[in-house]
Amino acid sequence: MNCDLQIQPGGEMQTGTARKLYTGLDGAVIGLILLAGLAWAIAVAARGPDPLLGAQSWLIIAGFLVGLIMLAGVYADGGPKEDPKQYAEGVIKAGVIASMFWAVVGLLAGVVIALQLAYPNLFYFPEWGFLNFGRLRPVHTSAVIFAFGGNVLIATSFYVVQRTCRARLAGGLWPWFVFWGYQFFIVMAASGYLMGITQSMEYAEPEWYADLWLTIVWVAYLLVFLGTLWKRKEPHIYVANWFFLAFIVTIALLHVVNNLAMPVSILGARSYSLFSGVQGALTQWWYGHNAVGFFLTAGFLGIMYYFIPKRVDRPVYSYRLSIIHFWSLIFIYIWAGPHHLHYTALPEWAQTLGMTFSVMLWMPSWGGMINGLMTLSGAWDKLRTDPVVRMLVVSVAFYGMSTFEGPVMSVRAVNALSHYTDWTIGHVHSGALGWVGFISFGAIYCLVPWLWKRKGMYSKALIEWHFWIATLGILLYITAMWVSGIMQGLMWRSYNELGFLEYSFMETVEAMHPFYVIRALGGLMYLAGAVLMAWNVYKTIKGDVKEADESVTPQPAAIKA
Amino acid sequence: MSQKRPLNELHKKFFEKNSLLLTVGILVVVSIGGLVEIAPLFYLRSTIERVEGVRPYTPLELMGRDIYIREGCYNCHSQMIRPLRDEVERYGHYSLAAESMYDHPFQWGSKRTGPDLARVGGKYSDEWHRDHLRDPQSVVPGSVMPPYAFLEDAVLDYSRIEMQLTALRRVGVPYDDGMIESARADIAAQADPFSAGYDDLLARYPGATVHDFTAQRRLTEMDALIAYLQVLGTMVDFSTYEADADENLR
Repeated sequence: MNCDLQIQPGGEMQTGTARKLYTGLDGAVIGLILLAGLAWAIAVAARGPDPLLGAQSWLIIAGFLVGLIMLAGVYADGGPKEDPKQYAEGVIKAGVIASMFWAVVGLLAGVVIALQLAYPNLFYFPEWGFLNFGRLRPVHTSAVIFAFGGNVLIATSFYVVQRTCRARLAGGLWPWFVFWGYQFFIVMAASGYLMGITQSMEYAEPEWYADLWLTIVWVAYLLVFLGTLWKRKEPHIYVANWFFLAFIVTIALLHVVNNLAMPVSILGARSYSLFSGVQGALTQWWYGHNAVGFFLTAGFLGIMYYFIPKRVDRPVYSYRLSIIHFWSLIFIYIWAGPHHLHYTALPEWAQTLGMTFSVMLWMPSWGGMINGLMTLSGAWDKLRTDPVVRMLVVSVAFYGMSTFEGPVMSVRAVNALSHYTDWTIGHVHSGALGWVGFISFGAIYCLVPWLWKRKGMYSKALIEWHFWIATLGILLYITAMWVSGIMQGLMWRSYNELGFLEYSFMETVEAMHPFYVIRALGGLMYLAGAVLMAWNVYKTIKGDVKEADESVTPQPAAIKA
Repeated sequence: MSQKRPLNELHKKFFEKNSLLLTVGILVVVSIGGLVEIAPLFYLRSTIERVEGVRPYTPLELMGRDIYIREGCYNCHSQMIRPLRDEVERYGHYSLAAESMYDHPFQWGSKRTGPDLARVGGKYSDEWHRDHLRDPQSVVPGSVMPPYAFLEDAVLDYSRIEMQLTALRRVGVPYDDGMIESARADIAAQADPFSAGYDDLLARYPGATVHDFTAQRRLTEMDALIAYLQVLGTMVDFSTYEADADENLR
């Protein structure tokens, strides 16, 4: 272990005139950004040629106004109150609450669209076209990936980078700008989908103006993170921070390149992608696959590398393995995008490269899994006694399973069957619900008592309930999608004895009905677990903690000078 | 224990001591794959086949395509037929890269909750599409597709069509000045078989299908969407396409 997990007394905090000057500058720059945004939104409302963005501009104006009022409030209250000897925790608390909120919203949207496919006659409303599957599906995917996942990543990375560097978060007001700016991006994106504002690229649906806003927020995020690393009083950068940094840097690169587009008008929502056809397809799946690789994998591995060792009070299993699997994971992941385009009009050499690297990706992925699981060496008994440890470990197990299934599905022969079917949906959800969801829930269950200085969570029994309901929900979900996907793939390609296609497309849709019902049930159970958790978190924050939970390691609140 | 291992030592000394070095290292490592795989697609000539017939969308088809995108049709319908026996028999000739060269962005999709639409053009009548969009189950019992009757009540707003064509020209679609100037006339011409602009429309957009959308007084969003669906997969002249020609082998 190069970087001690326990925070120990260290050197001096950097205080002085340079720092004070910087603190004054942050509010001014944020204010200018908000004013520029407000001016643009007012111009859209007054003169914009596009009725869709014209309608949304009122929401955007309100957002920028609220931002300016909050900023003014900080200065009316005597300027930012910053105690350099304390860790910044307010922004992390806000992130934890936002994560819980968006988890419930995003999972609810998922249950609704699952029910739409299971019972179209009950869940479609001819008068309310904005609630059709095509508009709600991006609301679900963006809410769970970017709103829930993104808030968990921002909150945990801000927590981890401070503790492992023994330095307060850099940038004065900027962390708060990152937090609120990110929420604003989510609201802009989601309301846009409902209104019909989308650029139709999966997981990159927001239009150019929302993309531009996210770029500003993301650069601020990167600078806050790097600034905190620069201030560190630990000689070495801890492994969790390598993963967080790779996540932040690479997502910036992917986001900017994939979203290059020509707006129809700078006062309108619509834009046309710079790329078309086959080049556009590969650029999009280079982005799309690495949104999985860097947003949903590298970032959450950062969480794993801090919260599992901390919760079980053991060092990371192998330092050497973490170096090898970190660099090989980020190198290989980037190549895997073409496996989304097997047998398409993408040139075959690119497909073959994508497949080869996808199979190779199995190894660094399992390197991470082994490093996470083996960290429990000597502490396996905690699986029985601590449901949070169980959640974290089951999460890593799902990570291992998904990262084995992925390479299998990336083989062209397998992909010929699985592509375009529900098998893909099942694969995504074993990763999303099992790995991303559980590692996030586990981290939040750790964070809430630490941040709000409680002895433990309000109810351990509720955590047990959450774990079992959600686990059963995941199993129902993924098994239903395996069966439905493989069945549909086989039905599409089956021939009768006369050499004709045996099934019409409609027959394959009808055959999937029972599995759509089971899937909706599984999703509902997972949502129920998250609602239990939200209640548990609420009661804990409120202070209704019944019993002391010995598994919670006490956290020093102050940076000892 | 790690003191004797050179890799660990190197990592400790450089990447873990210097956050900028770590950032640059990450950037270099994650850039390689994308550069090797994506950049050649922009200059290798074999990437896009040489075919005849692929043209930019007419203004009416383009309006329909924007509605297809707005409603998120790509979430359930692919537009990419793979060269597999059952797909070719079910949907038609496998899709060529050339067929989506003017699609900014591509609409290949990733999921077939509904059938592939790459060659749906011309397979059904305009009236079938109208009935189907209004109430999918009325013509396809058991369908899980949502109803789109509201598109029939929405008057098509093409007041920004010149700006749309100009934006597309800026990203490389060959719309010329004449096409942009006569965009509104072309929309009217494509919706009425007896309009005066018929010949000009076909001169600008060879092979375009003219529809009879005159039943209602004003063009609706559903009309535009149908015009778009009816052009899908119909542009390439497969009688002149040689799949085995050297320039088309990839």
